[in-house]
Amino acid sequence: MAESKTWRLGLGTIAVAALACAGLHAARAQTAATNSAAVDKEFAYEQTLMSAKPIGPADKPWEQSLSTNMVDTAKYKKAPPYRVCFSNASISNPWRVVGWKVMQAEADLHKSEIASLSYADAQDKDDKQISDIRAFVTGGKCDVLIVSPHTSDALTPVVEEACKSLPVITFDRNVRTDCPVTAVRTIGGYAYGMAGANFIVENMPKGGKVLMLRTAPGIDVFETRSDAAAKVFKAAGIKPIGVEFTGADNAKTKAVVSDYLSRVGKIDAVWVDFGAMSVAVAEAFEDAGQDYPIITGEDQEDYLQKWNQEGFKGIAPTYPAYQWRTALIAALDVLQGKPVYGPDWILPQPLITSANLAQYVDPKMPPLHYATCGCETLPGYPERWGGKK
Amino acid sequence: MTRGLASLRRINPTILVFVVLLAAICWMSPLYRTPAGLLSLLQRAAPVVILSCGQSFVLIAGGFDLASGSLITLVVVACALITGGDAGWTWVALLASYGIGAAVGVVNGVIVARGKVPSIIATLGTLLSVKGIAMMWSGGAPGGYLPANLRFFGRYVWRHVPLVGRFPVAVVVLIISIAIMAWLMHGTNFGRLLLMIGDNPRAAELAGAPVRRFRMLTFVISALASVTAGILLGGFSGVSVDVGTGYELQAISAAVIGGVVLLGGQGSMLGAVFGGLTLYALFTLLNLVGFPEPMRVAVQGIILIAAAALSARRGRRI
Repeated sequence: MAESKTWRLGLGTIAVAALACAGLHAARAQTAATNSAAVDKEFAYEQTLMSAKPIGPADKPWEQSLSTNMVDTAKYKKAPPYRVCFSNASISNPWRVVGWKVMQAEADLHKSEIASLSYADAQDKDDKQISDIRAFVTGGKCDVLIVSPHTSDALTPVVEEACKSLPVITFDRNVRTDCPVTAVRTIGGYAYGMAGANFIVENMPKGGKVLMLRTAPGIDVFETRSDAAAKVFKAAGIKPIGVEFTGADNAKTKAVVSDYLSRVGKIDAVWVDFGAMSVAVAEAFEDAGQDYPIITGEDQEDYLQKWNQEGFKGIAPTYPAYQWRTALIAALDVLQGKPVYGPDWILPQPLITSANLAQYVDPKMPPLHYATCGCETLPGYPERWGGKK
Repeated sequence: MTRGLASLRRINPTILVFVVLLAAICWMSPLYRTPAGLLSLLQRAAPVVILSCGQSFVLIAGGFDLASGSLITLVVVACALITGGDAGWTWVALLASYGIGAAVGVVNGVIVARGKVPSIIATLGTLLSVKGIAMMWSGGAPGGYLPANLRFFGRYVWRHVPLVGRFPVAVVVLIISIAIMAWLMHGTNFGRLLLMIGDNPRAAELAGAPVRRFRMLTFVISALASVTAGILLGGFSGVSVDVGTGYELQAISAAVIGGVVLLGGQGSMLGAVFGGLTLYALFTLLNLVGFPEPMRVAVQGIILIAAAALSARRGRRI
């Protein structure tokens, strides 16, 4: 008797949980609808930037900008050599590993101007990064401070503090203040998200099935990517068969795609918000014995190499790692009193298509290398990034 | 009626939970109604099941092994770096992986058994250092693919097999691993003494059981199981830096669902196997139902607690 009671209790709990889920889901859908006006505006802006022509040398995209506004830096002018300090959010993923090497290689190009490049790794912790920045400021051994913030809100006050005593450059993520001399960034997440979605809309047979794969909820950059894609699909009258979070985990990605294949039989396109999972998606189709669908990706080499080899329909919007060069270049320009693009230095965000794939794919580079590193001419390439000559 | 209930009670409730989940999965998706579909489910569940069995040795002897997830990552990174995509190096990489596993197991075991450090702290420390080694060795971005013959174990599927059609290699690895661990646990004195050690270490020591040596061995078994799981996972999904993240807790949850008692003294390999299968079936079902992720995590948590509570109730009655 006691046994069956436990069972009923268990089943009851599950039922209650399921109901709670349905309710929460509805609530979430509502909040998404209210801020769509702001989304529309940013979406349109990034759309124009994607087709705009950047200023600066075409063969050096890391020196280009889509914002024409310049900031005068005469008041920061100093005689070299410079002591550069860099507070990094982390090197906890391959993109950041590649980027940090790019910045160090850029520093090697300026040996005569740079006396020291002091480095602090915040290991993905706001509190560590706040104390790293304070230590740099109070230590008095920095002429310029580069910050790659972990989260915007938490880092804003300490960056404002730092701005009072030395020039600050931010890149990658931003802070919510315009006190830095310039904030180096790329066009943005909407541009990233719409590129893959547009490609799917243009290339998929009518009535085709799209699966959207996302990394995790609640991360700004990923939210904008999927918002943009959802908007494009909606405008084209496509209702994705599912939106799934994979945590960028390959095994989970493969399992999710296999489950979808078993549920719906055939999938025509898979959109991802993060290219690290694209190869796992392709493998799920291989293992199911099905033809490849359209698979969007990113400039990570494993995806580019797979795409090149197998010839499926692919596209790679990018989040260029060459911005790590730009940040250091900006820092040196500021100390030399040269005007820099600002308060936002908007870098172009190349789109890799089958037309220019050959230019980016390189089987000699490791699978987790990022092709838009802008590092091909830097000292130590390709060994420094794990590539073979 | 009463006799029916009594015999029902003797069956591990995890098996019933698993059967219910499996029935729901089959109801949701036609693929899983075929032998090939069920085998592919088994293929994907293999790493969790093997981890759950390995973890059970440590749990039954009264410890915890939190290092298994990061050991998986280290194994995958090591295989990628040692082979560099070259199939000729696969056997070296496999031997090195088991070597690394044995070393991590011995270190855990020595710290816990000789150093008298609580295993939850000791293995938390190993978790961090093993992860650190993986990151340092790979520089944060492992350079290289796993060669096809290494991925064979986790990924390859024999086709045109009589009766079932497709048969994944991982299922063979799974069966062999379970057979070895079930024999160790239930077919040897070592296993019987482990139950005694977990139940009452003082009594076991007074009775002359080599408590410290056996406890150390449990960590080695768990580590070797993690290496096997790592080879399967790397084979299934390829190289990534966070391939093993979270598996230590999955392994412990699976074992607990299967009726292995935390703090030791009770549990079986059958339970551990079905605990692992249940956990994976639950993941699959929630994927198939299509709950949004945050809800899925919540539901998963609630079901885990319910399942563990069920197992615990049964345990108390016996």
